[in-house]
Amino acid sequence: MNQNPTPSEQLDRLRQPAKESWHALQDSDVPVIYVGHATCGRAAGSQETIEGFEQALADKGIAAEIRTVGCLGHCYAEPLVIIHYPGFPPLMYQKIGAGEARVLVNSFLQAGEDPCFEYLLGALEPNEMFPTLMDYPRYLYEKRVIMAHCGRIDPENIDHYLALDGYQALAKALEQGGQWVVDEVKAAHLRGRGGAGFPAGIKWEIARHAEKQPKVVICNGDEGDPGAYMDRTLMESNPHQVLEGLAIAALAVGAERAILYIRAEYPLAVRTIQQAIYAAREKKLLGDHILGTDFSLDISIFQGSGAFVCGEETALIQSVEGHRGMPQYRPPYPAVEGLDGLPTVINNVKTLATVPAIISKGSDWFKTIGTEKTPGTAIFSVVGEVEYPGLVEVPMGVSLEHLIYEVCGGIKDGKPFKAVQIGGPSGGCLPESELGTAIDFDSLKQAGAMMGSGGMVVMNADACMVEVARYFVDFTQKESCGKCTFCRIGTRHLLAILEDFTKGVGSDDDLQELKSLSEGIIKGSLCSLGKTAPNPVLTTLKFFPDEYLAHIHEQRCPAMMCRALTAFYIDLEACARGCDACVACCPTEAIFTTSNRKKAIDQEKCVKCGECVYACPPEYDAVRRVSPPGMIPDQGIKPLVETKEEQ
Amino acid sequence: MVTITVDGLEITVPRRTRLLQACLDNGIYIPNLCYLEGMDQPPASCRLCLVEIEGRPGPVPSCSLEVEAGMVVHTNTDEVQKLQKMAFRLLVCTNEGQCRMCMANKRCELQRIAKFLHMPLRTKRLRHLPKDLPEVIEDHPCIVYEPNKCVLCGRCVYVCAQQGNDFSLSFANRGFNTVISFFGSQNEGQGDACLDCQACVDICPVGALNLKDDRRRHLRKMAAKAKARG
Repeated sequence: MNQNPTPSEQLDRLRQPAKESWHALQDSDVPVIYVGHATCGRAAGSQETIEGFEQALADKGIAAEIRTVGCLGHCYAEPLVIIHYPGFPPLMYQKIGAGEARVLVNSFLQAGEDPCFEYLLGALEPNEMFPTLMDYPRYLYEKRVIMAHCGRIDPENIDHYLALDGYQALAKALEQGGQWVVDEVKAAHLRGRGGAGFPAGIKWEIARHAEKQPKVVICNGDEGDPGAYMDRTLMESNPHQVLEGLAIAALAVGAERAILYIRAEYPLAVRTIQQAIYAAREKKLLGDHILGTDFSLDISIFQGSGAFVCGEETALIQSVEGHRGMPQYRPPYPAVEGLDGLPTVINNVKTLATVPAIISKGSDWFKTIGTEKTPGTAIFSVVGEVEYPGLVEVPMGVSLEHLIYEVCGGIKDGKPFKAVQIGGPSGGCLPESELGTAIDFDSLKQAGAMMGSGGMVVMNADACMVEVARYFVDFTQKESCGKCTFCRIGTRHLLAILEDFTKGVGSDDDLQELKSLSEGIIKGSLCSLGKTAPNPVLTTLKFFPDEYLAHIHEQRCPAMMCRALTAFYIDLEACARGCDACVACCPTEAIFTTSNRKKAIDQEKCVKCGECVYACPPEYDAVRRVSPPGMIPDQGIKPLVETKEEQ
Repeated sequence: MVTITVDGLEITVPRRTRLLQACLDNGIYIPNLCYLEGMDQPPASCRLCLVEIEGRPGPVPSCSLEVEAGMVVHTNTDEVQKLQKMAFRLLVCTNEGQCRMCMANKRCELQRIAKFLHMPLRTKRLRHLPKDLPEVIEDHPCIVYEPNKCVLCGRCVYVCAQQGNDFSLSFANRGFNTVISFFGSQNEGQGDACLDCQACVDICPVGALNLKDDRRRHLRKMAAKAKARG
């Protein structure tokens, strides 16, 4: 051969055997069991599920393959199992523990007869026997671009990714050159999914044209929002997609060095990514002379040690340099002067994971998804009081109402909706009246919330908005790096005022101070942590002023959540004689027997943990909660005096 | 050289000068705590040196900006003063404002800023909120640190690093309880080295760092004075 093979030709050589092994798995003669084995699956017990399958298969002497895959995003259904039995469409089962695994083996895998409809979620392909997943609103309304392969492929097997057109975008990018990549991403108008929504293409262009050499690209996987786990899932379920995006970014910027900043609390993500880097290096997809070209990329992992503020890009750089993670004043922006003074591009995991799709399918395709100003999809980790919590990927621009009610099945137990908190600990709380808000950077910001990196907490009527604001301010206050005055001391004062409110202490002056401090902190803080920390306070003040006033003026918590402002009592009408379920559960022995052998609570001893509410059998449902505490009715309770016989 | 306008006054300074430095050099005082001349990258953490620049949204810290030809700067707009006063109130609320007893009395930067902003040293609007830490930290062989006096300006951390000391004076803890801490101060000979240097004690704008001996002497003097007063 007189000419070097092009990157695409090189890739085709790698892909041939990969495709063969993938198809062999798809058309396997024996059943293949895919078990979701990312962190979420493991927490739900997928390890026991795997062992259960192994043991049951061994007992029955059935040949089957067990493959571990990543996460599909259906937290409510974990541990999740997909069984591909020859002759059947791939079937997805929910909540499969070791016992259910044995049942599946015995009744389905052994004879191929009963596919256990009781555990079945649906079939992955259209067929005549089973309901398919597309019949569910969750699947119908989701649009999977970033998470397309998550949960379907083995994250530790590079062949699976290669077989599904993996690294094709990198080969294309290598053939077209860095400038073309920058232009394409710019044309796609891809906005940074880390929270700020800054156009990635423009960031890349600035760094590409920066004079200093060499350049660095960093993938920001320091996901610290409470209840958010999109980045972790992507890194654990499809690491090569993230690596491919990172390599394309490096090519576009002209960087020779790439760093994945992953928090140390994600050990599985670190391990999966590390393993993926080795595998890709071996196949010359990363490392020196990628796919036979002159482009080389040194790629490494840096583990962050659990500081929320290190998700801020300048603090992240400080952390990589070995300093305490404290944000720096911008400008200079990292794209001009970042890590060790070199031009540094920092992109979120989700941003980078979107890049391969844009490069291989083109910017025009990308712009058909989502809105004009924010094309593409958004991944949210929806948690809280929804029927189907989990990761959802929807096109930008759909309304909150659609996401909560259609995609996630609405509020659990049919309770009324109260608020949704969007954008992590410094996002805002939006009420029912704002549910029409479209999900994109600009609309959410206008409504007082923010896109953040995609955390979403849905709350029902049991949530006290003052307490919610206090909770989030407590988080940001504790995670403040302590550098600038407004964030370090200002948020502490917000917290002190809110703590007072939840105890029924406070005045209108405090309310005024809360507002003016919040506004000052937003204007005066150094970095986005401080600039956004008062958002939960300001939005709850705006949308739920009555709750604040009830706390201050009436010492009443309308949601009956704040302990100091509530009390529990037992309704003697409803309480059953002789039942003592509540007595056993009370940690402080506050529940005593009344003269008519029913139960009552000693308010002096009660710590208001609420355990008795859950312990009381639903047929009686006798424990009542009131606010303010003085509302307990006088039921003429007398303690039981021991009778003569017992003496 | 670059000419800029500050509060209607035209001043000419060398290129690449920091705006705050340019103002201070020309007799225009802007409150500041964390800035030191010659800093490569000022921390911009005290948030007192805010100014407004025509054509830019919102107040910006003057310590971190380089002068640009034709810049029109206002150091005393309502917005700037409001934020400066709020930052000042926040800074003084950890301390009871017992200036009379303090070793930094009359040379304290906070006193100077209070005078400039016409603010009392004990705020009524915000509650007194001491840090959740001991009043005095004495784990260094010869230096005492008072967290509630400290404004976390970081000057000491900067000068310590400038001295090329082989141990590190650094920030520790998070959030409201952030302090400065002497890592490795228990090492042998460290006490002597610090006694020779004292750069951190000298640079502290509020008297939060002091030599143990000096402080002991000062407390004795105060006690004697109090006794004399009855």
